[in-house]
Amino acid sequence: MKRVQFNSRYLPYLLLLPQFVIITIFFYWPSAQAITSSFYIEDPFGFGSSFVGLSNYTDALGSPEYQKIARFTVAYSLIVTFLALSFGMLLALKADAVIRGQSSYKTLLIAVYAIAPPVAGLIGMMMFDQHIGPFVHLVALFGWDMKVGINYYDTAFAMIMVAVWNQIPYNFIFFLSGLQGIPASIREAAAIDCKSGTRRFWTVILPLLTPTAFFLLVINMTYSLFDTFGIIDVIVKDKPANNPITLVYKVYLDGFRGNDLGSSSAQSVILMVIVLVLTLIQFRFIERRVHYG
Amino acid sequence: MYRTRFFDHLILICGVIFMLGPLVVAFTTSTHSAAEIHTNGLMLNIGDDFTTTYDKVLFKSGGFTGQVTGLTMAMNSLILGLGFAIGKIVLSMLAAYAIVYFRFRFATIAFWLIFTTLLLPLEVRIMPSYKVMSDLGLLNSYQGLILPLLASATGQFFKSVPDELLEAARIDGAGPVKFFIDVLVPLSRTMIAAVFIIMFVYGWNQYLWPMLMTTDEGFYTLMRGIKQILQVWVGSQIPDYNEAFAMAVLAMLPPVFVVVVFQSWFIKGLTETDK
Repeated sequence: MKRVQFNSRYLPYLLLLPQFVIITIFFYWPSAQAITSSFYIEDPFGFGSSFVGLSNYTDALGSPEYQKIARFTVAYSLIVTFLALSFGMLLALKADAVIRGQSSYKTLLIAVYAIAPPVAGLIGMMMFDQHIGPFVHLVALFGWDMKVGINYYDTAFAMIMVAVWNQIPYNFIFFLSGLQGIPASIREAAAIDCKSGTRRFWTVILPLLTPTAFFLLVINMTYSLFDTFGIIDVIVKDKPANNPITLVYKVYLDGFRGNDLGSSSAQSVILMVIVLVLTLIQFRFIERRVHYG
Repeated sequence: MYRTRFFDHLILICGVIFMLGPLVVAFTTSTHSAAEIHTNGLMLNIGDDFTTTYDKVLFKSGGFTGQVTGLTMAMNSLILGLGFAIGKIVLSMLAAYAIVYFRFRFATIAFWLIFTTLLLPLEVRIMPSYKVMSDLGLLNSYQGLILPLLASATGQFFKSVPDELLEAARIDGAGPVKFFIDVLVPLSRTMIAAVFIIMFVYGWNQYLWPMLMTTDEGFYTLMRGIKQILQVWVGSQIPDYNEAFAMAVLAMLPPVFVVVVFQSWFIKGLTETDK
Protein backbone atom coordinates (compact mmCIF):
# COMPACT_ATOMS: atom_id res chain seq x y z
CA MET A 1 0.00 0.00 0.00
CA LYS A 2 1.14 3.51 -0.72
CA ARG A 3 1.29 6.34 1.80
CA VAL A 4 -0.78 8.64 -0.37
CA GLN A 5 -4.07 7.34 -1.64
CA PHE A 6 -7.14 8.50 -3.48
CA ASN A 7 -10.49 8.63 -1.77
CA SER A 8 -13.28 7.63 -4.02
CA ARG A 9 -16.52 6.01 -3.22
CA TYR A 10 -17.24 3.77 -6.18
CA LEU A 11 -14.17 3.81 -8.36
CA PRO A 12 -12.10 1.18 -6.49
CA TYR A 13 -15.03 -1.24 -6.57
CA LEU A 14 -15.53 -0.57 -10.23
CA LEU A 15 -11.87 -1.26 -10.91
CA LEU A 16 -12.00 -4.50 -8.98
CA LEU A 17 -15.23 -5.66 -10.58
CA PRO A 18 -13.85 -7.43 -13.68
CA GLN A 19 -11.24 -9.35 -11.70
CA PHE A 20 -13.84 -10.35 -9.14
CA VAL A 21 -16.36 -11.52 -11.69
CA ILE A 22 -13.71 -13.78 -13.17
CA ILE A 23 -12.39 -15.22 -9.94
CA THR A 24 -15.88 -15.77 -8.51
CA ILE A 25 -17.12 -17.69 -11.53
CA PHE A 26 -13.96 -19.49 -12.42
CA PHE A 27 -12.15 -19.85 -9.14
CA TYR A 28 -14.32 -19.69 -6.04
CA TRP A 29 -17.36 -21.36 -7.50
CA PRO A 30 -15.51 -24.40 -8.93
CA SER A 31 -13.31 -24.67 -5.84
CA ALA A 32 -16.38 -24.70 -3.62
CA GLN A 33 -17.93 -27.34 -5.85
CA ALA A 34 -14.81 -29.47 -5.64
CA ILE A 35 -14.98 -29.34 -1.88
CA THR A 36 -18.72 -30.07 -1.77
CA SER A 37 -18.71 -32.94 -4.23
CA SER A 38 -15.81 -34.54 -2.42
CA PHE A 39 -18.34 -35.44 0.30
CA TYR A 40 -20.83 -37.02 -2.10
CA ILE A 41 -21.05 -40.06 -4.30
CA GLU A 42 -22.61 -39.27 -7.63
CA ASP A 43 -24.80 -41.79 -9.35
CA PRO A 44 -23.02 -42.79 -12.56
CA PHE A 45 -26.26 -42.47 -14.52
CA GLY A 46 -26.94 -38.99 -13.24
CA PHE A 47 -29.74 -39.84 -10.77
CA GLY A 48 -28.71 -37.51 -7.99
CA SER A 49 -26.01 -37.99 -5.42
CA SER A 50 -25.80 -39.07 -1.82
CA PHE A 51 -23.82 -37.67 1.08
CA VAL A 52 -21.08 -40.01 2.20
CA GLY A 53 -19.03 -37.87 4.55
CA LEU A 54 -15.33 -38.52 4.43
CA SER A 55 -15.50 -41.89 2.73
CA ASN A 56 -14.24 -40.53 -0.61
CA TYR A 57 -11.13 -39.39 1.23
CA THR A 58 -10.65 -42.58 3.19
CA ASP A 59 -11.28 -44.69 0.08
CA ALA A 60 -8.75 -42.72 -1.90
CA LEU A 61 -6.10 -42.55 0.79
CA GLY A 62 -6.63 -46.16 1.76
CA SER A 63 -6.41 -47.69 -1.69
CA PRO A 64 -3.08 -49.34 -2.51
CA GLU A 65 -3.24 -47.91 -6.03
CA TYR A 66 -3.49 -44.35 -4.70
CA GLN A 67 -0.67 -44.97 -2.27
CA LYS A 68 1.52 -46.34 -5.02
CA ILE A 69 0.83 -43.27 -7.18
CA ALA A 70 1.42 -40.98 -4.21
CA ARG A 71 4.77 -42.63 -3.51
CA PHE A 72 5.75 -42.29 -7.14
CA THR A 73 4.66 -38.63 -7.15
CA VAL A 74 6.80 -37.84 -4.12
CA ALA A 75 9.85 -39.62 -5.52
CA TYR A 76 9.32 -38.08 -8.95
CA SER A 77 8.94 -34.54 -7.58
CA LEU A 78 12.00 -34.84 -5.39
CA ILE A 79 14.20 -36.26 -8.14
CA VAL A 80 13.01 -33.74 -10.76
CA THR A 81 13.45 -30.85 -8.32
CA PHE A 82 16.90 -31.99 -7.22
CA LEU A 83 18.21 -32.56 -10.74
CA ALA A 84 16.66 -29.43 -12.27
CA LEU A 85 18.06 -27.29 -9.45
CA SER A 86 21.52 -28.84 -9.62
CA PHE A 87 21.89 -28.53 -13.37
CA GLY A 88 20.39 -25.04 -13.34
CA MET A 89 22.84 -23.96 -10.68
CA LEU A 90 25.84 -25.61 -12.33
CA LEU A 91 25.14 -23.89 -15.64
CA ALA A 92 24.47 -20.56 -13.94
CA LEU A 93 27.75 -20.75 -12.03
CA LYS A 94 29.67 -21.48 -15.21
CA ALA A 95 27.84 -18.84 -17.21
CA ASP A 96 28.60 -16.35 -14.47
CA ALA A 97 32.28 -17.32 -14.46
CA VAL A 98 33.04 -16.96 -18.15
CA ILE A 99 33.42 -13.58 -19.74
CA ARG A 100 33.62 -14.40 -23.42
CA GLY A 101 30.37 -15.65 -24.88
CA GLN A 102 28.35 -15.12 -21.73
CA SER A 103 25.35 -13.60 -23.44
CA SER A 104 25.33 -16.25 -26.20
CA TYR A 105 25.31 -19.03 -23.62
CA LYS A 106 22.53 -17.26 -21.81
CA THR A 107 20.39 -16.94 -24.94
CA LEU A 108 20.96 -20.56 -25.92
CA LEU A 109 20.26 -21.91 -22.47
CA ILE A 110 17.00 -20.06 -21.82
CA ALA A 111 15.34 -20.99 -25.13
CA VAL A 112 13.90 -24.24 -23.81
CA TYR A 113 11.93 -22.30 -21.18
CA ALA A 114 9.44 -21.41 -23.90
CA ILE A 115 8.72 -25.02 -24.84
CA ALA A 116 5.44 -26.38 -23.58
CA PRO A 117 5.51 -29.59 -21.52
CA PRO A 118 3.53 -31.62 -24.10
CA VAL A 119 5.92 -30.55 -26.87
CA ALA A 120 8.83 -31.47 -24.61
CA GLY A 121 7.10 -34.80 -23.99
CA LEU A 122 6.71 -35.41 -27.71
CA ILE A 123 10.35 -34.66 -28.41
CA GLY A 124 11.34 -36.81 -25.45
CA MET A 125 9.24 -39.67 -26.75
CA MET A 126 11.17 -39.58 -30.00
CA MET A 127 14.49 -39.62 -28.17
CA PHE A 128 13.31 -42.65 -26.22
CA ASP A 129 11.39 -44.29 -29.07
CA GLN A 130 11.77 -48.03 -29.46
CA HIS A 131 12.66 -47.84 -33.15
CA ILE A 132 14.21 -44.48 -33.79
CA GLY A 133 15.28 -43.20 -30.38
CA PRO A 134 19.03 -42.52 -30.24
CA PHE A 135 19.07 -42.80 -26.47
CA VAL A 136 17.63 -46.31 -26.62
CA HIS A 137 20.30 -47.36 -29.11
CA LEU A 138 22.98 -45.77 -26.98
CA VAL A 139 22.05 -47.55 -23.76
CA ALA A 140 21.52 -50.81 -25.66
CA LEU A 141 25.29 -50.84 -26.08
CA PHE A 142 25.53 -51.11 -22.32
CA GLY A 143 22.98 -53.87 -22.19
CA TRP A 144 20.01 -51.75 -21.07
CA ASP A 145 16.98 -52.86 -23.03
CA MET A 146 14.92 -49.72 -22.64
CA LYS A 147 11.18 -49.98 -23.25
CA VAL A 148 9.46 -46.68 -22.57
CA GLY A 149 5.71 -47.16 -22.25
CA ILE A 150 6.05 -50.81 -21.32
CA ASN A 151 8.56 -50.99 -18.50
CA TYR A 152 7.52 -48.97 -15.43
CA TYR A 153 11.00 -47.75 -14.52
CA ASP A 154 12.04 -46.97 -18.07
CA THR A 155 8.94 -44.82 -18.51
CA ALA A 156 9.63 -43.09 -15.21
CA PHE A 157 13.20 -42.45 -16.31
CA ALA A 158 12.04 -40.86 -19.58
CA MET A 159 9.49 -38.68 -17.76
CA ILE A 160 12.07 -37.45 -15.29
CA MET A 161 14.60 -36.67 -18.00
CA VAL A 162 12.08 -34.66 -20.02
CA ALA A 163 10.72 -32.84 -16.96
CA VAL A 164 14.22 -31.88 -15.83
CA TRP A 165 15.21 -30.77 -19.32
CA ASN A 166 12.16 -28.55 -19.57
CA GLN A 167 12.71 -26.93 -16.16
CA ILE A 168 16.47 -26.27 -16.22
CA PRO A 169 16.20 -22.88 -18.02
CA TYR A 170 13.86 -21.46 -15.38
CA ASN A 171 16.28 -22.34 -12.57
CA PHE A 172 19.20 -21.16 -14.66
CA ILE A 173 17.64 -17.72 -15.11
CA PHE A 174 16.97 -17.28 -11.40
CA PHE A 175 20.35 -18.59 -10.24
CA LEU A 176 22.17 -16.44 -12.76
CA SER A 177 20.31 -13.32 -11.73
CA GLY A 178 20.93 -14.25 -8.09
CA LEU A 179 24.64 -14.67 -8.76
CA GLN A 180 24.85 -11.40 -10.61
CA GLY A 181 23.20 -9.70 -7.65
CA ILE A 182 26.11 -10.66 -5.38
CA PRO A 183 28.20 -7.50 -4.96
CA ALA A 184 31.69 -7.55 -6.49
CA SER A 185 33.14 -6.35 -3.17
CA ILE A 186 32.03 -9.55 -1.43
CA ARG A 187 33.49 -11.74 -4.15
CA GLU A 188 36.76 -9.84 -4.06
CA ALA A 189 36.99 -10.05 -0.29
CA ALA A 190 36.29 -13.77 -0.50
CA ALA A 191 38.88 -14.20 -3.21
CA ILE A 192 41.52 -12.52 -1.03
CA ASP A 193 40.63 -14.67 1.97
CA CYS A 194 40.42 -17.97 0.19
CA LYS A 195 42.18 -19.33 -2.83
CA SER A 196 40.05 -22.39 -3.41
CA GLY A 197 37.10 -21.68 -5.71
CA THR A 198 35.23 -24.73 -4.48
CA ARG A 199 35.51 -23.65 -0.89
CA ARG A 200 34.45 -20.10 -1.76
CA PHE A 201 31.38 -21.57 -3.42
CA TRP A 202 30.35 -23.56 -0.34
CA THR A 203 31.12 -20.90 2.25
CA VAL A 204 30.26 -17.63 0.50
CA ILE A 205 28.34 -18.00 -2.75
CA LEU A 206 25.96 -20.79 -1.81
CA PRO A 207 24.77 -19.19 1.46
CA LEU A 208 24.09 -15.98 -0.47
CA LEU A 209 22.07 -17.96 -3.01
CA THR A 210 19.97 -19.75 -0.39
CA PRO A 211 16.94 -17.41 -0.66
CA THR A 212 16.87 -17.96 -4.44
CA ALA A 213 17.35 -21.70 -4.01
CA PHE A 214 14.58 -21.93 -1.47
CA PHE A 215 12.17 -19.98 -3.62
CA LEU A 216 13.06 -22.25 -6.55
CA LEU A 217 12.65 -25.36 -4.42
CA VAL A 218 8.98 -24.61 -3.87
CA ILE A 219 8.44 -23.54 -7.49
CA ASN A 220 10.08 -26.72 -8.75
CA MET A 221 8.00 -28.91 -6.46
CA THR A 222 4.83 -27.24 -7.76
CA TYR A 223 6.14 -27.59 -11.30
CA SER A 224 6.73 -31.32 -10.97
CA LEU A 225 3.38 -31.83 -9.27
CA PHE A 226 1.22 -29.89 -11.73
CA ASP A 227 2.92 -28.48 -14.79
CA THR A 228 4.39 -31.78 -15.92
CA PHE A 229 0.87 -33.00 -16.70
CA GLY A 230 1.48 -32.47 -20.42
CA ILE A 231 4.68 -34.51 -20.37
CA ILE A 232 3.00 -37.40 -18.61
CA ASP A 233 -0.07 -37.30 -20.80
CA VAL A 234 1.99 -37.42 -23.98
CA ILE A 235 4.21 -40.21 -22.72
CA VAL A 236 1.53 -42.51 -21.25
CA LYS A 237 -1.15 -41.53 -23.81
CA ASP A 238 -4.22 -42.35 -21.71
CA LYS A 239 -2.88 -45.84 -21.09
CA PRO A 240 -1.78 -45.80 -17.47
CA ALA A 241 -1.85 -49.64 -17.41
CA ASN A 242 1.59 -50.29 -16.01
CA ASN A 243 2.92 -46.78 -16.39
CA PRO A 244 3.88 -44.41 -13.62
CA ILE A 245 1.53 -41.44 -13.24
CA THR A 246 1.32 -38.56 -10.79
CA LEU A 247 -1.52 -37.54 -8.49
CA VAL A 248 -2.74 -34.78 -10.80
CA TYR A 249 -2.94 -37.22 -13.65
CA LYS A 250 -5.01 -39.53 -11.49
CA VAL A 251 -7.44 -36.70 -10.69
CA TYR A 252 -7.88 -36.23 -14.41
CA LEU A 253 -8.24 -39.95 -15.16
CA ASP A 254 -10.79 -40.58 -12.43
CA GLY A 255 -12.75 -37.45 -13.26
CA PHE A 256 -12.84 -37.54 -17.04
CA ARG A 257 -12.10 -41.13 -17.96
CA GLY A 258 -13.56 -42.92 -14.96
CA ASN A 259 -16.44 -40.49 -14.34
CA ASP A 260 -15.91 -40.84 -10.61
CA LEU A 261 -16.66 -37.28 -9.59
CA GLY A 262 -16.63 -37.79 -5.82
CA SER A 263 -13.29 -39.52 -5.68
CA SER A 264 -11.74 -37.13 -8.20
CA SER A 265 -12.92 -34.15 -6.15
CA ALA A 266 -11.61 -35.63 -2.92
CA GLN A 267 -8.24 -36.08 -4.62
CA SER A 268 -8.40 -32.49 -5.87
CA VAL A 269 -8.94 -31.28 -2.34
CA ILE A 270 -6.00 -33.36 -1.11
CA LEU A 271 -3.86 -31.71 -3.76
CA MET A 272 -5.15 -28.26 -2.78
CA VAL A 273 -4.00 -28.95 0.76
CA ILE A 274 -0.57 -30.02 -0.49
CA VAL A 275 -0.20 -26.81 -2.54
CA LEU A 276 -1.37 -24.69 0.36
CA VAL A 277 1.18 -26.29 2.67
CA LEU A 278 3.95 -25.78 0.13
CA THR A 279 3.00 -22.14 -0.32
CA LEU A 280 2.75 -21.51 3.40
CA ILE A 281 6.22 -22.97 3.86
CA GLN A 282 7.39 -20.60 1.20
CA PHE A 283 5.87 -17.58 2.95
CA ARG A 284 7.20 -18.67 6.28
CA PHE A 285 10.71 -18.29 4.94
CA ILE A 286 10.51 -15.65 2.30
CA GLU A 287 7.94 -12.99 1.68
CA ARG A 288 9.17 -11.92 -1.68
CA ARG A 289 6.16 -12.69 -3.76
CA VAL A 290 3.60 -11.24 -1.40
CA HIS A 291 2.74 -7.63 -1.93
CA TYR A 292 1.50 -5.16 -4.44
CA GLY A 293 2.74 -1.99 -2.96
CA MET B 1 43.44 -19.70 -14.96
CA TYR B 2 43.37 -20.95 -18.52
CA ARG B 3 42.43 -24.44 -17.39
CA THR B 4 39.47 -23.41 -15.29
CA ARG B 5 38.07 -21.31 -18.10
CA PHE B 6 38.48 -24.20 -20.49
CA PHE B 7 36.42 -26.43 -18.21
CA ASP B 8 33.81 -23.73 -17.68
CA HIS B 9 33.33 -23.49 -21.42
CA LEU B 10 33.33 -27.24 -21.79
CA ILE B 11 30.52 -27.62 -19.25
CA LEU B 12 28.55 -24.78 -20.82
CA ILE B 13 28.91 -26.29 -24.28
CA CYS B 14 27.76 -29.68 -22.98
CA GLY B 15 24.81 -27.89 -21.37
CA VAL B 16 23.93 -26.16 -24.63
CA ILE B 17 24.11 -29.44 -26.54
CA PHE B 18 21.95 -31.17 -23.95
CA MET B 19 19.37 -28.36 -24.01
CA LEU B 20 19.29 -27.55 -27.71
CA GLY B 21 20.33 -30.86 -29.29
CA PRO B 22 16.82 -32.34 -29.13
CA LEU B 23 15.38 -29.21 -30.75
CA VAL B 24 17.86 -29.26 -33.62
CA VAL B 25 17.30 -32.98 -34.19
CA ALA B 26 13.54 -32.45 -34.08
CA PHE B 27 13.82 -29.87 -36.85
CA THR B 28 16.30 -31.70 -39.08
CA THR B 29 14.42 -34.99 -38.75
CA SER B 30 11.15 -33.29 -39.64
CA THR B 31 12.56 -32.53 -43.09
CA HIS B 32 12.81 -36.22 -43.99
CA SER B 33 10.02 -38.55 -45.07
CA ALA B 34 8.36 -40.85 -42.55
CA ALA B 35 9.65 -44.00 -44.24
CA GLU B 36 13.18 -42.67 -44.24
CA ILE B 37 12.97 -41.85 -40.54
CA HIS B 38 11.53 -45.27 -39.85
CA THR B 39 14.54 -47.01 -41.41
CA ASN B 40 17.34 -44.60 -40.49
CA GLY B 41 16.21 -43.17 -37.15
CA LEU B 42 16.69 -39.52 -36.23
CA MET B 43 18.81 -37.49 -38.61
CA LEU B 44 21.03 -34.48 -38.30
CA ASN B 45 21.13 -33.36 -41.92
CA ILE B 46 18.41 -31.44 -43.70
CA GLY B 47 16.33 -33.73 -45.91
CA ASP B 48 14.43 -33.10 -49.14
CA ASP B 49 10.95 -33.19 -47.73
CA PHE B 50 10.94 -29.85 -45.91
CA THR B 51 8.34 -28.19 -48.13
CA THR B 52 6.17 -31.28 -48.53
CA THR B 53 5.96 -31.99 -44.82
CA TYR B 54 5.40 -28.43 -43.65
CA ASP B 55 2.97 -27.75 -46.45
CA LYS B 56 1.01 -30.80 -45.40
CA VAL B 57 1.08 -29.94 -41.71
CA LEU B 58 0.13 -26.30 -42.27
CA PHE B 59 -2.47 -26.49 -45.01
CA LYS B 60 -3.79 -30.00 -45.43
CA SER B 61 -7.04 -30.56 -43.61
CA GLY B 62 -6.73 -33.25 -41.02
CA GLY B 63 -8.54 -34.51 -37.98
CA PHE B 64 -11.59 -36.72 -37.87
CA THR B 65 -13.85 -34.25 -39.60
CA GLY B 66 -11.20 -33.13 -42.05
CA GLN B 67 -11.92 -29.52 -41.13
CA VAL B 68 -8.87 -28.42 -39.26
CA THR B 69 -5.49 -27.39 -40.68
CA GLY B 70 -2.25 -26.61 -38.89
CA LEU B 71 -2.79 -22.98 -39.75
CA THR B 72 -6.18 -22.93 -38.02
CA MET B 73 -4.61 -24.45 -34.94
CA ALA B 74 -1.79 -21.90 -35.01
CA MET B 75 -4.39 -19.10 -35.24
CA ASN B 76 -6.25 -20.53 -32.27
CA SER B 77 -3.04 -20.78 -30.26
CA LEU B 78 -2.30 -17.17 -31.16
CA ILE B 79 -5.78 -16.05 -30.08
CA LEU B 80 -5.37 -17.93 -26.82
CA GLY B 81 -1.89 -16.51 -26.18
CA LEU B 82 -2.78 -12.91 -27.03
CA GLY B 83 -6.22 -13.00 -25.42
CA PHE B 84 -4.81 -14.43 -22.24
CA ALA B 85 -1.90 -11.98 -22.07
CA ILE B 86 -4.06 -8.91 -22.74
CA GLY B 87 -6.82 -10.04 -20.41
CA LYS B 88 -4.35 -10.80 -17.68
CA ILE B 89 -2.67 -7.41 -17.93
CA VAL B 90 -5.89 -5.39 -18.05
CA LEU B 91 -7.50 -7.23 -15.15
CA SER B 92 -4.45 -7.21 -12.91
CA MET B 93 -3.60 -3.59 -13.61
CA LEU B 94 -7.07 -2.39 -12.75
CA ALA B 95 -7.26 -4.51 -9.63
CA ALA B 96 -3.76 -3.57 -8.51
CA TYR B 97 -4.54 0.10 -9.09
CA ALA B 98 -7.62 -0.13 -6.89
CA ILE B 99 -5.79 -1.91 -4.10
CA VAL B 100 -2.60 0.10 -4.10
CA TYR B 101 -3.88 3.61 -4.75
CA PHE B 102 -7.27 3.80 -3.09
CA ARG B 103 -8.34 3.96 0.50
CA PHE B 104 -11.51 1.90 0.80
CA ARG B 105 -13.18 -0.34 3.25
CA PHE B 106 -12.66 -3.82 1.88
CA ALA B 107 -9.18 -3.30 0.48
CA THR B 108 -7.52 -5.95 2.65
CA ILE B 109 -10.22 -8.54 2.03
CA ALA B 110 -10.09 -7.82 -1.70
CA PHE B 111 -6.35 -8.30 -1.66
CA TRP B 112 -6.57 -11.65 0.07
CA LEU B 113 -9.41 -12.86 -2.11
CA ILE B 114 -7.34 -12.17 -5.19
CA PHE B 115 -4.18 -13.42 -3.60
CA THR B 116 -5.68 -16.80 -2.71
CA THR B 117 -6.18 -17.49 -6.40
CA LEU B 118 -2.40 -17.46 -6.79
CA LEU B 119 -2.15 -20.54 -4.66
CA LEU B 120 -4.29 -23.04 -6.51
CA PRO B 121 -3.51 -23.89 -10.11
CA LEU B 122 -6.31 -24.74 -12.51
CA GLU B 123 -5.25 -28.38 -12.50
CA VAL B 124 -6.58 -29.02 -8.99
CA ARG B 125 -10.08 -27.78 -9.79
CA ILE B 126 -10.24 -29.01 -13.32
CA MET B 127 -13.40 -31.15 -13.02
CA PRO B 128 -15.68 -28.55 -11.40
CA SER B 129 -14.30 -25.84 -13.70
CA TYR B 130 -15.28 -27.98 -16.65
CA LYS B 131 -18.78 -28.42 -15.21
CA VAL B 132 -19.15 -24.69 -14.66
CA MET B 133 -18.13 -24.05 -18.25
CA SER B 134 -20.56 -26.56 -19.63
CA ASP B 135 -23.36 -25.13 -17.44
CA LEU B 136 -22.59 -21.70 -18.84
CA GLY B 137 -22.56 -23.08 -22.38
CA LEU B 138 -19.02 -21.89 -22.94
CA LEU B 139 -17.51 -25.16 -24.16
CA ASN B 140 -15.98 -24.75 -27.60
CA SER B 141 -15.64 -20.98 -27.51
CA TYR B 142 -12.74 -18.58 -27.19
CA GLN B 143 -14.20 -17.08 -24.02
CA GLY B 144 -14.34 -20.53 -22.50
CA LEU B 145 -10.75 -21.13 -23.50
CA ILE B 146 -9.39 -17.89 -22.06
CA LEU B 147 -11.52 -16.74 -19.12
CA PRO B 148 -10.93 -19.60 -16.65
CA LEU B 149 -7.20 -19.28 -17.17
CA LEU B 150 -7.47 -15.66 -16.05
CA ALA B 151 -8.73 -16.78 -12.68
CA SER B 152 -5.39 -17.52 -11.10
CA ALA B 153 -2.11 -15.72 -10.63
CA THR B 154 -1.82 -11.96 -10.59
CA GLY B 155 1.41 -10.16 -11.22
CA GLN B 156 2.47 -7.20 -9.18
CA PHE B 157 2.45 -3.82 -10.79
CA PHE B 158 3.34 -0.31 -9.67
CA LYS B 159 5.61 -1.37 -6.86
CA SER B 160 8.46 0.72 -8.15
CA VAL B 161 6.40 3.83 -8.82
CA PRO B 162 7.42 6.41 -6.19
CA ASP B 163 4.84 7.97 -3.87
CA GLU B 164 5.95 11.50 -4.70
CA LEU B 165 4.44 11.16 -8.16
CA LEU B 166 0.97 10.78 -6.78
CA GLU B 167 1.47 13.78 -4.50
CA ALA B 168 2.71 15.83 -7.44
CA ALA B 169 -0.14 14.67 -9.65
CA ARG B 170 -2.68 15.57 -7.01
CA ILE B 171 -1.23 19.03 -6.57
CA ASP B 172 -1.53 19.44 -10.32
CA GLY B 173 -5.17 18.51 -10.04
CA ALA B 174 -5.09 15.09 -11.69
CA GLY B 175 -7.94 12.78 -10.80
CA PRO B 176 -7.63 9.01 -10.41
CA VAL B 177 -8.41 8.22 -14.04
CA LYS B 178 -6.03 10.83 -15.42
CA PHE B 179 -3.29 9.75 -13.04
CA PHE B 180 -3.71 6.13 -14.15
CA ILE B 181 -3.63 6.85 -17.86
CA ASP B 182 -1.07 9.65 -17.94
CA VAL B 183 1.34 8.63 -15.19
CA LEU B 184 1.06 5.02 -14.14
CA VAL B 185 0.59 3.26 -17.45
CA PRO B 186 3.47 5.04 -19.20
CA LEU B 187 5.74 4.45 -16.20
CA SER B 188 4.90 0.75 -16.08
CA ARG B 189 5.55 0.19 -19.78
CA THR B 190 8.58 -2.07 -19.33
CA MET B 191 6.83 -4.11 -16.71
CA ILE B 192 3.77 -4.45 -18.91
CA ALA B 193 5.91 -5.64 -21.80
CA ALA B 194 7.68 -8.16 -19.58
CA VAL B 195 4.45 -9.53 -18.14
CA PHE B 196 2.97 -9.64 -21.62
CA ILE B 197 5.75 -11.92 -22.88
CA ILE B 198 5.51 -14.28 -19.93
CA MET B 199 1.73 -14.46 -20.17
CA PHE B 200 1.75 -14.94 -23.93
CA VAL B 201 4.06 -17.92 -23.60
CA TYR B 202 1.96 -19.24 -20.74
CA GLY B 203 -1.25 -18.93 -22.74
CA TRP B 204 0.19 -20.34 -25.95
CA ASN B 205 1.55 -23.35 -24.05
CA GLN B 206 -1.69 -24.27 -22.29
CA TYR B 207 -2.49 -27.94 -22.75
CA LEU B 208 -4.89 -29.51 -20.29
CA TRP B 209 -7.59 -26.86 -20.35
CA PRO B 210 -7.85 -26.51 -24.14
CA MET B 211 -7.80 -30.27 -24.43
CA LEU B 212 -10.89 -30.58 -22.24
CA MET B 213 -12.70 -27.51 -23.49
CA THR B 214 -12.50 -28.08 -27.21
CA THR B 215 -14.30 -31.01 -28.74
CA ASP B 216 -15.02 -28.99 -31.87
CA GLU B 217 -11.92 -29.23 -34.02
CA GLY B 218 -12.36 -25.66 -35.21
CA PHE B 219 -11.11 -24.55 -31.79
CA TYR B 220 -8.12 -26.86 -31.58
CA THR B 221 -4.84 -25.27 -30.61
CA LEU B 222 -1.43 -26.58 -31.66
CA MET B 223 -1.03 -28.26 -28.30
CA ARG B 224 -4.28 -30.10 -28.90
CA GLY B 225 -3.00 -30.99 -32.38
CA ILE B 226 -0.04 -32.74 -30.83
CA LYS B 227 -2.35 -34.95 -28.84
CA GLN B 228 -4.31 -35.59 -32.01
CA ILE B 229 -1.24 -36.72 -33.93
CA LEU B 230 -0.34 -39.13 -31.17
CA GLN B 231 -3.82 -40.62 -31.13
CA VAL B 232 -3.74 -41.30 -34.87
CA TRP B 233 -0.28 -42.74 -34.37
CA VAL B 234 -1.34 -45.68 -32.24
CA GLY B 235 -1.79 -48.67 -34.51
CA SER B 236 -0.40 -47.25 -37.72
CA GLN B 237 2.30 -49.16 -39.59
CA ILE B 238 4.79 -46.37 -40.06
CA PRO B 239 3.93 -43.50 -37.72
CA ASP B 240 4.08 -40.02 -39.22
CA TYR B 241 7.26 -39.13 -37.38
CA ASN B 242 7.96 -36.27 -39.75
CA GLU B 243 4.56 -34.66 -39.21
CA ALA B 244 4.77 -35.05 -35.46
CA PHE B 245 8.15 -33.34 -35.46
CA ALA B 246 6.94 -30.61 -37.80
CA MET B 247 3.98 -30.02 -35.50
CA ALA B 248 6.32 -29.80 -32.51
CA VAL B 249 8.49 -27.30 -34.38
CA LEU B 250 5.45 -25.16 -35.25
CA ALA B 251 4.19 -25.29 -31.68
CA MET B 252 7.48 -24.21 -30.17
CA LEU B 253 8.68 -21.69 -32.71
CA PRO B 254 6.60 -18.62 -31.71
CA PRO B 255 7.16 -18.80 -27.93
CA VAL B 256 10.86 -19.59 -28.34
CA PHE B 257 11.17 -16.69 -30.76
CA VAL B 258 9.46 -14.27 -28.38
CA VAL B 259 11.50 -15.37 -25.38
CA VAL B 260 14.82 -15.22 -27.21
CA VAL B 261 14.19 -11.89 -28.95
CA PHE B 262 12.79 -10.11 -25.91
CA GLN B 263 14.95 -11.92 -23.39
CA SER B 264 16.01 -8.92 -21.35
CA TRP B 265 12.39 -7.88 -20.73
CA PHE B 266 11.38 -11.42 -20.19
CA ILE B 267 14.08 -12.10 -17.60
CA LYS B 268 13.28 -8.85 -15.83
CA GLY B 269 9.60 -9.73 -15.74
CA LEU B 270 10.29 -13.21 -14.47
CA THR B 271 12.76 -12.41 -11.74
CA GLU B 272 10.99 -9.29 -10.52
CA THR B 273 7.37 -10.42 -10.43
CA ASP B 274 7.42 -14.20 -10.06
CA LYS B 275 4.33 -14.58 -12.19
